[in-house]
Amino acid sequence: MAELSQVDAPIYDALRRLRRMRVVPFDVPGHKRGRGNMELTEFLGEDCMSVDVNSMKPLDNLCHPVSVIRDAERLAAEAFGAANAFFMVGGTTSAVQSMIMYACKGGDKIIMPRNVHRSAINALILTGAVPVYVNPDVNNQLGIALGMSVAQVEKAILENPDAKAVMVNNPTYYGICSDLKKITELAHAHGMLVLVDEAHGTHFYFGEDFPITAMAAGADCASVSMHKSGGSLTQSSFLVLGERVNADYMRQVINLTQTTSGSYLLLSSLDISRKRLALSGREIFAKTVELAEYARKEINDIGGYYAYSRELINGDSIYDFDVSKLSIYTLPIGLAGIEVYDLLRDEYDIQIEFGDIGNILAYISVGDRPRDIERLISALAEIKRRFGKSETGMLTQEYISPIVAERPRKAFYADKRSLPLDEAAGHICSEFVMCYPPGIPILAPGELITDEIIRYIRYAKEKGCQMTGTEDINIEHLNVLC
Amino acid sequence: MELWFTERHTPNVKFSIKVDHQLYSGNSEFQRIDIFDSKEFGRFLTLDGYMMLTEKDEFIYHEMITHVPMAVHPNPKNILVIGAGDGGVVRELTRYPSVESIDLVEIDELVVEVCKKYLPTTACRFGDPRVHVFYEDGVKFIRRCEDMYDVIIVDSTDPFGPGEGLFTKEFYGSCFKALREDGIMVNQHESPFYDEDAAAMQRSHKRIVESFPISKVYQAHIPTYPSGHWLFGFASKKYHPTNDYNGTKWSMKGIKTRYYNPRLHTGAFALPNYVEELLKDVE
Repeated sequence: MAELSQVDAPIYDALRRLRRMRVVPFDVPGHKRGRGNMELTEFLGEDCMSVDVNSMKPLDNLCHPVSVIRDAERLAAEAFGAANAFFMVGGTTSAVQSMIMYACKGGDKIIMPRNVHRSAINALILTGAVPVYVNPDVNNQLGIALGMSVAQVEKAILENPDAKAVMVNNPTYYGICSDLKKITELAHAHGMLVLVDEAHGTHFYFGEDFPITAMAAGADCASVSMHKSGGSLTQSSFLVLGERVNADYMRQVINLTQTTSGSYLLLSSLDISRKRLALSGREIFAKTVELAEYARKEINDIGGYYAYSRELINGDSIYDFDVSKLSIYTLPIGLAGIEVYDLLRDEYDIQIEFGDIGNILAYISVGDRPRDIERLISALAEIKRRFGKSETGMLTQEYISPIVAERPRKAFYADKRSLPLDEAAGHICSEFVMCYPPGIPILAPGELITDEIIRYIRYAKEKGCQMTGTEDINIEHLNVLC
Repeated sequence: MELWFTERHTPNVKFSIKVDHQLYSGNSEFQRIDIFDSKEFGRFLTLDGYMMLTEKDEFIYHEMITHVPMAVHPNPKNILVIGAGDGGVVRELTRYPSVESIDLVEIDELVVEVCKKYLPTTACRFGDPRVHVFYEDGVKFIRRCEDMYDVIIVDSTDPFGPGEGLFTKEFYGSCFKALREDGIMVNQHESPFYDEDAAAMQRSHKRIVESFPISKVYQAHIPTYPSGHWLFGFASKKYHPTNDYNGTKWSMKGIKTRYYNPRLHTGAFALPNYVEELLKDVE
């Protein structure tokens, strides 16, 4: 290991060695390098199928790494400035769940913002941990939830000195960062772990002039979606750890739910992407930011739209902003974000990351070409010209503070019945309701259903948001506690 | 020794021209540019290996893309040309004394430089004081234009590569906005013959139909383009390409042409049944 450096990619190299050896496979997968499933092989390519292989001695084992995967994890830890790193093949969802399951047993308290991804609340259902929600600050103009204010976190810590951990969502989908360093110091001073959902912050570790990373801020665990801005395959992710986390116990926690047949396609994509970012991340993200800044300026020049950036920074709940994000407020042109999102796809063949009630997010990466950016800007200008209308009557509120009536785990497993949406107010919900993306729950198990929330769900449905989470696929009924 | 330029028109069809010698080859930020000399077609320009023009048949393309809108519009003064770095469209436009200004937007400066040096047949009127050249992405340039032009000529390459933005709905919509209330947009409309070209043709037609109240298609025969059967789009806010056309008035201008004439103008809008059907499918 001593001689390995960031130019190496141990898993990638091991797979290439294996391919050259032309080993005769009498193990799984049964497609046997693709020969047993030609239609799939023609679709995905022979090169791809030939490395879709199972754990074996030369390739190490994800559940118990001792050779190439261990080496690759050490290189990843080094690249992220972490004490340890884990290759995750169940998405950042599994990384988020693992860090919560590491920190909390049943009944333990965890302090977290309510606008977390559903994966975090799922972990509460799995562990039986009790959430202490810190309601995020809300920007009333944009209608979006912001970061956590330090004072609010401090209040939650003082009121719940027995809490085991503080979880921070940093950056948010929209690019907003909290004061991670101060929150970390505060939590550590009270003996709590700091867990960071850093799904949208991979590039912070490799680019220049980005907001502080979880590891640099001294946080204990961070879930990093390498497949978002890092360029690896969908579903691959990193869990990185600080000094005070017991990595061997963390591995046991991960192995509770992670597959024993980790995909080498995913693993090699993490390995190669880590190498690429470690070697040329600075140029890659400088280019990304340049494209995003250009698009932001042009979009703001159209008028009506507001592509926001660092000017929002307020020293607390918007402590910093990720300028690689292209988040755009659309209500001034009289269209909900989701409507602009749909028009871009249906009218202009442009697919963006998401649209919600008041905003859209276009994901910018090094894979974008200037000419595609021009198309996006022109399409937005055209949408304003052709479909723009008066702003009146547009719902702005994006975030409704929930009323938690029951623990998520208890509510999820409780006896329940199904009620029509319009009759559900006043009852406690036993399931999730959310727009996906972004996947931040409007209702989570254990929360009180209010008229305001029902109105919001109706409005979001009417505007065309893709709603998920409920047992009733049409979201006409909600499961409530008996 | 035999040296041949070959372009694949479909995976199963090739088109070749015997090359006498190669005059230029270079790469710009956007594409590979080549100039060849040939016995049969004279000099020709290719971009990324695709035929753009030959000295022998360029007049057909340039006359048809220029004179059709210029003859329908009663008083075209301000013209925008997008693409057309070879100068052929500009050459035809400068023959109209009534034109006051010609803005040419070409993404690739090197194309213009190379054409000025090697293709004087087309790149001969860049010096006309009415001509203003902007080296910029056409999609970006037109975004800021409103109610400015009488005629827009979109002389694009293909719906893939650097010119692909010129086949999009956002671009056609921007053109609509950039035109005056009686403006006309004409565009290179691909070919109806081979399947892939026909699909691209239908796609751009659909987008134009959705952007303009009047949207018609006319044809010409261009020997060096795939299948030789080529289409142009005529999109307009007010004028119908044949009903509002006064051939005598155009003839009186005394512009000498080798392909275009008033009878052909009307005839070019009469399309084969299979083409009519392809268009109707997306209208």
